[in-house]
Amino acid sequence: MAKSLFEEKLNSGKFLVTTEIGPSKGADTSEIVHHIELLKDKVDALNVTDHQSSVMRFPSLGGCLLIKEHGGEPILQMTTRDRNRLALQADLLLAYSRGIRNVLCLTGDAIEVGDHKEAKPVFDLDSVQLIRMVRTMESGKDLAGHDLNGAPEFCLGATVHPAADFIEPQLIKFDKKVAAGTQFFQTQGIYDLDCLRRFMQYARQFNVKILAGIIVLASARMARYMNDNVPGVIVPQATINELSSVEKGKGLQKGIEIAVQLIKTIKEENLCHGVHIMAVGRENIVPEILEAAGVGVSVPA
Amino acid sequence: MIVAEQKPLDEIRRTIAPYEKILILGCGTCMTVCNAGGEKEVSVLHSALKVAQTRGRNEAHSFLEYTVKRQCEFEFLDMLVDKVKEVDAILSLGCGVGVQVLAERFSDTPTLPGVNTSFMGASKEWGVWDERCAACGECRLAETAGICPITRCAKGILNGPCAGSKNGKCEVNKDTDCAWILIYERLERLGQLEKMRRYYPPRNFCPIPRPRRLVSKVDINLGGNDG
Repeated sequence: MAKSLFEEKLNSGKFLVTTEIGPSKGADTSEIVHHIELLKDKVDALNVTDHQSSVMRFPSLGGCLLIKEHGGEPILQMTTRDRNRLALQADLLLAYSRGIRNVLCLTGDAIEVGDHKEAKPVFDLDSVQLIRMVRTMESGKDLAGHDLNGAPEFCLGATVHPAADFIEPQLIKFDKKVAAGTQFFQTQGIYDLDCLRRFMQYARQFNVKILAGIIVLASARMARYMNDNVPGVIVPQATINELSSVEKGKGLQKGIEIAVQLIKTIKEENLCHGVHIMAVGRENIVPEILEAAGVGVSVPA
Repeated sequence: MIVAEQKPLDEIRRTIAPYEKILILGCGTCMTVCNAGGEKEVSVLHSALKVAQTRGRNEAHSFLEYTVKRQCEFEFLDMLVDKVKEVDAILSLGCGVGVQVLAERFSDTPTLPGVNTSFMGASKEWGVWDERCAACGECRLAETAGICPITRCAKGILNGPCAGSKNGKCEVNKDTDCAWILIYERLERLGQLEKMRRYYPPRNFCPIPRPRRLVSKVDINLGGNDG
């Protein structure tokens, strides 16, 4: 039996679509709930980011619980930046007990890029070790080798960076994540499809599903900012030029067009197993992208 | 070596404010090499404090200056007994170890730090030091081509680079090399890339609970060392 609804979909062979919710900062969950309601029936699963860019927000676990409450399929993003192995294991047990069955294992951005620069970085584990730790817990033992009273089970994901400017070390890490038991990958942002093609030539030898990361850009300025400041984002000059070519105020529309075109091509050419759309604070535009690209779960009439 | 930086003069003045007679004590080893607290820095700080005092009000410190070979070893401190008797406080330009060994040796005299101890590192060029060792207690440099990921990777991760590595630099600082790119390149040059392909389990932090103590396994009394 599949460990989760999303795992079932991973094995179904259909073109998958996931997107993510970046929780707001504060105790008011109305915006998160609005985004959940907007997206939950249109995609195969919804990620909730874990203090994305090391900026303190409503937690991923809390967002995933809200998704469960509203009948959606959550993917718990879990970084090792803020919690040691005790806290990570405890959160996994809580997540499992509340029906959260998909986890995306990440190392997490450095503290220094975020809004609490004086905080202590934890990084007790790295992403590969986190994946292995979850698999250990599934065997009924905690990381110290003690018996668990009830073992959790998760469908496990990780990230990979096909657009990295130095790809070989990234592929070594990818191999380790695969060997550790990763079932699906949501890639860092992809703009250059040749780069995705090259990566898939390599990745197809493994029994893992690859969802290409699509970051929706709103302007050339945003693209340059992300290149300079956001870890893991490399927007090629050709994409920046495309965004600069439109008149002021039309940047987002262009960004949406670029995203739609990427998704369409990826699907038509069957380049990989699906896409993961990152709207970076503009969750409201995701339905428009899904519709224009002709992807996602069709909403029951 | 241990690398440190002298504290700002204002902070030092606030720290010494309650005391009249002060021994400014340099350290002849690491602190001399990193220009934070050797004989020269003791003398310069002494002058700076005197100048500042003439400009300030209600300040009447008197200073002694001296530099020992190593503040971190008790036997080098015995020669200070008479000097310490004369003063109300010691302003140490030794590293954090030196300050504490002084405090332990001279239990009736306040011992104040004059430097911020930064890290263990090496001199990259004149006046520039880079951190090289985190004293983790489990050296893995044999697996990482002599480049320490715990010290030189901002996240101290063990299984390869994160996605933040760009142009061979770290996501935290564009001037800092990504340790994992350096490790990859050097392992490749040495024909040892299989070391990077290996899985490294979570670190054992057992050696870390502080304070650490090391008891030598070498019999120091019976060794053949007659030098």
